[in-house]
Amino acid sequence: MSSQDIPEENLPAEQDHAHGAVGIADEENPFADPGLPPHEHRIQDIDERAAKRSERVVALLFTVSMLATIGFIVAYLAIPNDKQIFVFPIGHISAMNFALGLTLGVALFCIGAGAVHWARTLMSDEEVADDRHAIEAPSDVRAKVHADFRQGAKESALGRRKLIRNTMFGALALVPLSGVMLLGGLGPAPGTKLRHTIWAKGKRLVNMNTNQPLRPEDVAVGSLTFAKPDGLEEHSEEFQTEIAKAALMIVRLQPGNIKDKRELEWSHEGIVAYSKICTHVGCPISLYEQQTHHVLCPCHQSTFDLSDGARVIFGPAGHALPQLRIGVDSEGYLQALGDFEEPVGPAFWERG
Amino acid sequence: MKKLSVRRRHPLAAVVVLLLALAATGGLYAAFAPAGKAQADETSQSLTIKEGKKLYEVGCASCHGTGGQGSSDGPSLVGVGAAAVDFQVGTGRMPAATSQGAQVPRKKNIYSQAQIDQLAAYVASLGAGPSVPTKQQYGPAGADIAKGGELFRTNCAQCHNFTGKGGALTKGKFAPDLEGVAPKHIYEAMQTGPQNMPSFPDTTLSEKNKKDIIAYLNAVNGDKTENPGGLELGGLGPVSEGLFGWIFGLGTLIVVAVWVAARTAKAKKS
Repeated sequence: MSSQDIPEENLPAEQDHAHGAVGIADEENPFADPGLPPHEHRIQDIDERAAKRSERVVALLFTVSMLATIGFIVAYLAIPNDKQIFVFPIGHISAMNFALGLTLGVALFCIGAGAVHWARTLMSDEEVADDRHAIEAPSDVRAKVHADFRQGAKESALGRRKLIRNTMFGALALVPLSGVMLLGGLGPAPGTKLRHTIWAKGKRLVNMNTNQPLRPEDVAVGSLTFAKPDGLEEHSEEFQTEIAKAALMIVRLQPGNIKDKRELEWSHEGIVAYSKICTHVGCPISLYEQQTHHVLCPCHQSTFDLSDGARVIFGPAGHALPQLRIGVDSEGYLQALGDFEEPVGPAFWERG
Repeated sequence: MKKLSVRRRHPLAAVVVLLLALAATGGLYAAFAPAGKAQADETSQSLTIKEGKKLYEVGCASCHGTGGQGSSDGPSLVGVGAAAVDFQVGTGRMPAATSQGAQVPRKKNIYSQAQIDQLAAYVASLGAGPSVPTKQQYGPAGADIAKGGELFRTNCAQCHNFTGKGGALTKGKFAPDLEGVAPKHIYEAMQTGPQNMPSFPDTTLSEKNKKDIIAYLNAVNGDKTENPGGLELGGLGPVSEGLFGWIFGLGTLIVVAVWVAARTAKAKKS
């Protein structure tokens, strides 16, 4: 809008002076309150035609929003959800996703833009100074409240009828107990469940890929294999609960490269079986680097050295990965020689 | 005969007799016993190995040793097999630059496939190892894509991300993006475990399993892959998406808010 459109006669001849409480700065009071700056009018305050234009713009934005919502409904009903289209910077994309996102975006944006335009051009923008009042209530109001309270206490006879008072206190004191009892539903306490897994002496190590028990000769140096305990079937009810603790990562090192004595003892010809659950917060950890023998956790970068008892060499994990002691059974299959010695996964209060 | 008998006491007679005897023995040996082997020496296989050895001495021996025994600059190649050579040279990782960083990256391959085959044949002759897979092993025929996805998420996704977009490892090492990698090379990588990648030998991840995994990767990364979400931002998961949302999404909102507030709606008398 250019200045020619504004009728000159409607403009105030001089901008209003500062209003509100105004002090004069002088030598005694150099930081006197200068008051609010003079109010400036908007074009829409002066020119009814400009105000009408603003009104039409706001209404147009709201109308576009309505049309976009209708477009959303039409797109939802009309576009087959497997149709793909090419949209320039985005590339190939589902037509329905794109249409739904676009129409909903336009609908919401136009409501917001219309509201902002309305508030800025048409709603009153007079600055108002609102002085603070005293926080304390006037003395007569306070006297009245006190008198009312005393009167109410007397009429309720709480001090006189002790039976009512005492039973009320009892009832109020007991009610929260029901909430306390509901906390029992969070239990029962895990007991020793965190300390044990399904691994036990004689359980064979079953390859997760082939569902076949592993033989030592299957596991090459530098390879990585994931194993589950024999008898734990993927579609069984307890599978997720049990594999969450029993998941195993199997790698083979040259026995000469194993630095930790216990690790070597618990391995079979250099084949070592470690828990796949990070001891920090329990992420599955299997980013194995076969040259460095390091295992990296993708969640918080805890790094374990599988050639040295899986001790933590970097990151927030507090414990080495638990090792499963393995051997071979009479038929030549790899088997566990017991459960993990320490609890797998993240530490807990009673872990010790 | 008389001439011969006259010279039988000549000082060089013994030498001549010895030479004749040696020649006769050698000739007889060549004529009878090793006839088959002598012929085999001239087959294309040994020629290939010979050519491979020549290429090896030029391009590889400075690090891996003249006989593939390895040195302080490169590991031994005895027993790595033809598949490892085909992968390393075929993806341009080998020959590596003299001062490589955390790991040797994929780059432009400088050998022809015929030369790679010769090199592979030579390295395979140093010690038995996995051979180069055939099209039948890694081709899409008869593969189960869904099973491949399951196997990929079990064995590979921890490093290579859910659809093989790759990811970071320790100290600058990384699992590379698998998009655009030839199926043969993916197969060989699983079989041989290049650099810090563990191997997945046929005994723990069967040939069929590998074929399924390759088919899955082709299904999620191929030319015909449908991506209903559009802009995939590298397909790296919630981190890159969140970063985009916070910086560009929220950034745009802040810019708009500042722009709205900075403009005055007041009329000024001109």
